Amino acid sequence: MGFLPELGQVALILALLAACMQALLPMLGAQRGVAALMAVGRPAAYLQLALVGLAFAILTHGFIAQDFSQRYVAENSNSLLPMIYRYTAVWGAHEGSLLLWALILALWTAAVARFSRALPMPVVARVLGVLGVVAVGFLAFLIFTSNPFERLLPAAAEGRDLNPLLQDPGMIIHPPMLYLGYVGFSVPFAFAIAALLEGRVDAQWLRWTRPWTNVAWAFLTVGIALGSWWAYYELGWGGWWFWDPVENASFMPWLAGTALLHSQAVTEKRGSFAGWTLLLAISAFSLSLLGTFLVRSGVLTSVHAFAADPSRGLFVLVFLGIVIGGSLVLYALRAPDNDANAKPFAAGSRETLLLLNNLLLTTACAMVLLGTLYPLLADALELGKISVGPPYFAMMFLLLMAPLVLLLPFGPLTRWQREDMAMPLRMLLPWAALALVLGVATFFLAPQGGWKTAAGIVGATWVAAGTLRFLWSRWTMPGARLTREMWGMTLAHLGIAVFLIGALLDDGLAQQREVAVKPGGSVTLGQHCFVLKGVQHLDGPNYSAERGTVEVLRHCSDPVATLHPEKRSYRGGQVMSEVALDRGFTRDLYVALGEPLGEGAWALRVHVKPFVRWIWAGALLMALGGLVTATDKRFRARWDDGKPQGVRA
Amino acid sequence: MNPTRKRRLWLVLAVVAAAALATTLIALALQRNVAYLYTPNEVLTGEAGANVTSGEARFRLGGMVAADSLKRTPGTLDARFEVDDGDARLPVVYTGILPDLFREKQAVVATGRMQGGVFVAEEVLAKHDEAYMPKEVADKMGMAHKKHDVPDAQAPASRP
Repeated sequence: MGFLPELGQVALILALLAACMQALLPMLGAQRGVAALMAVGRPAAYLQLALVGLAFAILTHGFIAQDFSQRYVAENSNSLLPMIYRYTAVWGAHEGSLLLWALILALWTAAVARFSRALPMPVVARVLGVLGVVAVGFLAFLIFTSNPFERLLPAAAEGRDLNPLLQDPGMIIHPPMLYLGYVGFSVPFAFAIAALLEGRVDAQWLRWTRPWTNVAWAFLTVGIALGSWWAYYELGWGGWWFWDPVENASFMPWLAGTALLHSQAVTEKRGSFAGWTLLLAISAFSLSLLGTFLVRSGVLTSVHAFAADPSRGLFVLVFLGIVIGGSLVLYALRAPDNDANAKPFAAGSRETLLLLNNLLLTTACAMVLLGTLYPLLADALELGKISVGPPYFAMMFLLLMAPLVLLLPFGPLTRWQREDMAMPLRMLLPWAALALVLGVATFFLAPQGGWKTAAGIVGATWVAAGTLRFLWSRWTMPGARLTREMWGMTLAHLGIAVFLIGALLDDGLAQQREVAVKPGGSVTLGQHCFVLKGVQHLDGPNYSAERGTVEVLRHCSDPVATLHPEKRSYRGGQVMSEVALDRGFTRDLYVALGEPLGEGAWALRVHVKPFVRWIWAGALLMALGGLVTATDKRFRARWDDGKPQGVRA
Repeated sequence: MNPTRKRRLWLVLAVVAAAALATTLIALALQRNVAYLYTPNEVLTGEAGANVTSGEARFRLGGMVAADSLKRTPGTLDARFEVDDGDARLPVVYTGILPDLFREKQAVVATGRMQGGVFVAEEVLAKHDEAYMPKEVADKMGMAHKKHDVPDAQAPASRP
């Protein structure tokens, strides 16, 4: 089967041609009104998916069959690599993860082609055309600068290794989830561009794109949460978010996407903010592209910047310039300057609250963008090599998100259009009081947690109680029903409450110590004693390890858990700590084994992390909310020139 | 001025005020949390500035961990090593667990301050890939080497 990589290469080139067809012909057809050209879009999209899928399958086969005559395979796997990681090694480095990007784009495109039967042909043609342009960029990038099928001649007898950090279950699904989110924003983006080309923003199109935005956002949320979870137990520092440039790169589209979700709802229901929604759709996807550029070009020093290649950076930069610059120019020329459909609204209406939501989220996004790009900017201006510390992000983010949390419960309870703040205020006042009382109580019960712990309790109680108050008032309202959209919103907002508990309580109450311990010795942290029983040698499939046995006792008497942190030395030469965790609903116990320190002593890092799991549980709730919203009946409304139908209640 | 215009004016003023406040806060926060990267040579020659040498400024020290320079006080977490940029060496002390990829003759970036001619590190970072040198460190060392006609220190990773 020696010709397979070449077949993969041919498949990629044919996919590029299919993408070119998909980019040009339907667009031309839509412009000229030629139905035959517009009809090319769908088959071209399916063809592109089939070809990229074939290339991906061939690369995967290369990893499974251990074909070390392929440079990419030889560099990122070896014969000792366990089977499951041979599949995931496909996206373990630059070339393969780009191929995954292209595959996911082809998947989203084919999904759009399949589920857009209800839309008018010119719209579908333009949307598929825009997605085709993006696909052309990425496939060309793959073929010309990052070919995963490049041969290595003579073939290597043995491969290097997959980076051990990536040999982990969390890494199996983190990149696909993240990319499903990143790339998913291409759908609202393509709709925004199609709308600008068409010259009108239609509430029905927006209704059609909303579930797509929700699904993409949900995947991105899960992807970011998985990345954070992975960093927590794999990097061994006990942190879950480092404001690392690459984390920021995935967080910026999330912030813009969150703003987009809310503004799309306003535009769809009330007609307001139409131009703003288009701009946000363009921004969310542009930030996804920027994220890809930051991660893949190696311009930023980061834990993820595994490879740096200037030609790649330049290619993405040019592509980025064309896509972002082109969309913004189009926006400037064609943006709807006066919404004829927009209904006026008063200062105290839900529209105003959602506008504030958008302002805060986009400001936070701009703040993260500035902090992330500032070192690049300073370097370019020869102001020195600098880095921006996490305290900048943490402080600014807290400042910007506090008003958002404060305003959140008001949103669902306030009416559209009308000035009516007295009612929601009256409904929420008791819950605000409850939140404050609980906050004060927390402050006195856990003074070591400081204001952050108290703030976490106040914020979480306020958001949860306010959201449930909304649910209750809908439930008891005669004749009103709870739509899936409302359930989704409720779940996502409760997710924020859960997240606040996790993030702020962990920040306030986490304890950590780094010590040198001899076997038999112990470390005390709060009410827990960690006793190092001993360290044994152990051989794994592709590594050898020193494995510690640490017994954890409550009050140094009742055994709680026995943990086995490891220090692994992979055959590829890399050394890595494998953290041991005792997971719990209210706290995690976290032990990492450091190096031997001589005289039989070992370095040991122990953490007690209260409520840390709630961080990811909150993110999952948010994602679930996004998915539930996407299944709302109103989005399945049939296309019908003029009035929405389908829901014949 | 009619009421609509008046309300709009207030709105615009409020937005401008909010934007100004946000910009000021962001600028202040940035200024306080920025850490510069210097090499041992820049620190020792005083090129990095007086407040770096005096220990007033927190900065990042980048370079290679010098061969045979890592010393641990047995049984404790106290570590001592030297960071080398090809032109000069600076002793570093650190108490804590060194990262997995910390090794002699590998690139390292440490954050901390000078104290009596010794760099006291609060945080030590080594990068994930053993063939990888942080780009900014590579840039700085590359510049220094060009000056002295030293061949590039970063050996191209020989891959199988």
